[in-house]
Amino acid sequence: MLDYLITLMPAMLSGLEVTLKIFFLTLVFSIPLGILVAVGRLSKIKPLVAVIQVYIWIMRGTPLLLQLIFIYFGLGLPTVGLQLERFTAALIAFVLNYAAYFAEIFRGGIESIDKGQYEAAKVLGFSPVQTFMRIVLPQVVKIVLPSVANEVITLVKDTALVYVVGLGELLRAGRIASNRDVSLVPFVVVGVFYLALTAILTKVFQQIEKRYAYYQ
Amino acid sequence: MVLKVEGLWKSFKTEQVLKDVGFSLQTGEILAIIGRSGSGKTTLLRCINNLVKCDRGSIMVDGIYLCRQVTDANGTKCVYAKGPEQLQIRKRLGMVFQSFNLFPHMSVLENIIEAPVRVFRVPRPEAEEKARRLLAMLELQDKEAAYPFELSGGQKQRVAIARACALNPLVMCLDEPTSALDPELREGIAQTIENLAAQGMGVLLITHDMVFAKRVAHRVIFMEEGEILAEGSKEEFFADINNERIKSFIAG
Repeated sequence: MLDYLITLMPAMLSGLEVTLKIFFLTLVFSIPLGILVAVGRLSKIKPLVAVIQVYIWIMRGTPLLLQLIFIYFGLGLPTVGLQLERFTAALIAFVLNYAAYFAEIFRGGIESIDKGQYEAAKVLGFSPVQTFMRIVLPQVVKIVLPSVANEVITLVKDTALVYVVGLGELLRAGRIASNRDVSLVPFVVVGVFYLALTAILTKVFQQIEKRYAYYQ
Repeated sequence: MVLKVEGLWKSFKTEQVLKDVGFSLQTGEILAIIGRSGSGKTTLLRCINNLVKCDRGSIMVDGIYLCRQVTDANGTKCVYAKGPEQLQIRKRLGMVFQSFNLFPHMSVLENIIEAPVRVFRVPRPEAEEKARRLLAMLELQDKEAAYPFELSGGQKQRVAIARACALNPLVMCLDEPTSALDPELREGIAQTIENLAAQGMGVLLITHDMVFAKRVAHRVIFMEEGEILAEGSKEEFFADINNERIKSFIAG
């Protein structure tokens, strides 16, 4: 049994690598983009608000799988002619999709900040950017942490969708091994990997929440 | 004269909130603006702090116009100071909000030095030294590392005063300074306000607390429905009330 598990590892680990790459790169790009989208959504520039509302509607209103297919295969059609690399296409789809969800989370957080905080910052001479970066955002981060953690854990599992553009991530590696060996063991291994990742992330978010617990 | 307000008008939609309001404040003077809620006194304070823009009129702080009324071929309008001038005014004007609006994620010391360091580029050691002097003056010397949630209402208010004092303003505005305080803390805040005035600040306070106004103010303005109905030194004001509406207000 142990020997069998060891033979599975090279394929599993290379699948894990793809999963982790998609995961981390999506986070790195989608959280800042989500914050920017949230700020735009709350701005008074009406055309911008309208565009963002449509963007969020599409991203939340269609399956991520469909978005992946459109960005990889749809844009690659001869009539459009924008054939992206598999990985790039997958990453763009994930970043756009997750930024929309993060934007809604951050919008809620920003709206929950008392307007007195803005007024206090204003009378002290803070610029709007300073007010946001020094006063609003640090308070928003504390408020949105639980929702962001939720979304991040969902992202771990959503990475399995990139198989549709032909990327060999963790679950795909498991499926190939399972079909080849007519065994469910590879899927059990895959499940353990996902559980380990979620356990680590849960721990990390607990630590971050603890770090923000210094004030109420 | 550190603050001069002339011919101020402000309306929200169809409601006229300020109607031709004008007054001035001297160095070291404590001026109380009193009136019922809805009398326009809070809007007046917000106009002075540039939290709302007035429709017409002029506001001058220490010789710098925050806004001034200009009449040209297109009619009369209110022209506001540009960014750098506004920042100069911010420095000269301190504001203590009714609910204090401290930054909850910053310690007491950080609350006080944040604006001097980030906005006005005061070197951090200098800003900290000034902050500690203010905290000592307000009997908060052991609270510099505390966070706002750990403080009582009276302590929060004194931190808000320290924060507003950090840039050595010439005018200190306080919105309803007694409303969030236990009655036994009123004398303390009265003394703090007198102390600020003794150091040369002009103090503008908004209150509906007549007893407090009588205790602390040098001069009193009574507002109703956006207008100044009466104005005078405290002695004149309270000795010689022949306006029925003011009398009924004072009687409660």
